[in-house]
Amino acid sequence: MGMLLHTVLFYTFATILIGAALGVVFSRNPVHAIMFLVLAFFQSAMLWMLAEAEFLAIVLVLVYVGAVMVLFLFVVMMLDINVEAVRKGLDRYAPLGIAVALLMAFELVQLIWLRGSAEFGSGGFVPYPEDYNNTKALGSVLYTEHVYAFEIAAVILLLAIVAAITLTMRKRPGLKVQNIAQQVAVRAKDRLRIVKMDAEKKP
Amino acid sequence: MSDIINFLVGTWEALPPLVQYLATVVSKILLVAIVVILVVAFSTYFERKVIGRMQSRVGPNRVGPLGLGQPFADVIKLLIKEVIVPAKSNRFLFVIAPLLTLVPALAAWAVIPMNDWFVIADINAGLLYVLALTSLGVYGVILAGWATNSKYAFLGAMRSAAQIVAYEIAMGFALVGVLMAAGSLNLGDIVRAQGGGFTNWFLLPLLPLFLVYWISGVAETNRAPFDVAEGESEIVAGFHVEYSGVAFALFFLAEYANMVLISSLTAIFFLGGWASPFEGFAFLAPYGDMPLIGWIVAGGFPWLFIKIAFFMYTFFWLRATFPRYRYDQIMRLGWKVFIPISIIWIAVEGVMAWMHLGPWSGLTI
Repeated sequence: MGMLLHTVLFYTFATILIGAALGVVFSRNPVHAIMFLVLAFFQSAMLWMLAEAEFLAIVLVLVYVGAVMVLFLFVVMMLDINVEAVRKGLDRYAPLGIAVALLMAFELVQLIWLRGSAEFGSGGFVPYPEDYNNTKALGSVLYTEHVYAFEIAAVILLLAIVAAITLTMRKRPGLKVQNIAQQVAVRAKDRLRIVKMDAEKKP
Repeated sequence: MSDIINFLVGTWEALPPLVQYLATVVSKILLVAIVVILVVAFSTYFERKVIGRMQSRVGPNRVGPLGLGQPFADVIKLLIKEVIVPAKSNRFLFVIAPLLTLVPALAAWAVIPMNDWFVIADINAGLLYVLALTSLGVYGVILAGWATNSKYAFLGAMRSAAQIVAYEIAMGFALVGVLMAAGSLNLGDIVRAQGGGFTNWFLLPLLPLFLVYWISGVAETNRAPFDVAEGESEIVAGFHVEYSGVAFALFFLAEYANMVLISSLTAIFFLGGWASPFEGFAFLAPYGDMPLIGWIVAGGFPWLFIKIAFFMYTFFWLRATFPRYRYDQIMRLGWKVFIPISIIWIAVEGVMAWMHLGPWSGLTI
């Protein structure tokens, strides 16, 4: 298969990625924009797969496409966004947007130039040996060298979850709530009293 | 005869290696896809027979012997029906939504090992790949509900999205327990870790995780009793209310392909996949060379098939037995029952492996 197929695949994925990113910005329908973003995530996952980072690629699809974007889609579908009203502010915000884009492009060019000149080069992509396991390699670094950073990140995320839940939790008084354990524990003799009585009054 | 074989072998060997490779992969994919679609076709027949018997009816018995031609009659009926696109719907998303549900359901079969050597792609991160692909099926449902531009369809899509997001977490945690016990993400290695008879299967040591995974699987495929996304008595047919003909057939195909997939995954993760339950039994070992008993002891695709068929039967059994869950009870079960159970069992497993207790004494942590 070799380098040629690799290059062809890279440029195919990269082109679709850029097209999808443009679609996110320019599509008039917010749901279409979300679907373009999903496509963009997929293409970047494919690019990572080409770089043999299969764990990161699959986790990108699993977390972003499988969970985060589903919630995005959920919210966007619920909101009835008026695209024309949003577009009115375009000429006000456009200069700022262009400035940010230029800054980012400048930084990227700097980075590429730096990498290209330094010894860690940008030549070709060197494939890993056959028995290389990206998942195992990542895990062995994450849980040994970087274990503190990893744990701190986990604690911060947990904090964010707890904070988000407490912010949205409202206690409404008088709410009727089912207690399923109590319902299951109920026996017939707690609720039902069998009364022995005659079918009709004695004369 | 031998001339023909020699000619064919010669032609094959003369082909360039890339073409040979592509031809092998494509024929493997075709084989798996055709078998999956046939299994799906006959599981609709199986379902109607099982539910018919459970409700004291006969089930389909008119087309062909024993009604075995029924799936094909259904397929032909659906193929020649008209596909109606509602006037105010989003046409592109409406058409593409059934494809978005079907493609992940079929693509996940790429990493399912059928026996010791047959698997389309033997990749290291197979378990993650399966999780990623099964989480994609929800897009088709949500987009179908939105693109139809109908209140019933939209309600179905909302319910389905909330349900799938809730149960996916419990499913993922249950699989963390499996990968801890097997020490690998490769599905073939997970099955090999359970070799040596049914006492080595993960079914008993991971029983809580097995129940969590299986019930979450039923919820994930939107099957009864978790079929609030369709809920025909409340919201007509939910997300596919406006779909007809081939578009509906694709949704139907995707639902059943997902059911077969979840069945085979449960068999692989907890019931030893293709492994035989009688493997490694000393009293059967002398008969290992005999034709029938040897096959029973050795394991292989038929064992996987039997396990899949058992779980498919359980799907239909659940459907015929339980009333539909109420929406808030589904959410409660997913978030407040399954996620705590799976987290606790992962902790129990970790502690046992660390202290070298029980079935995980051999694990290296």
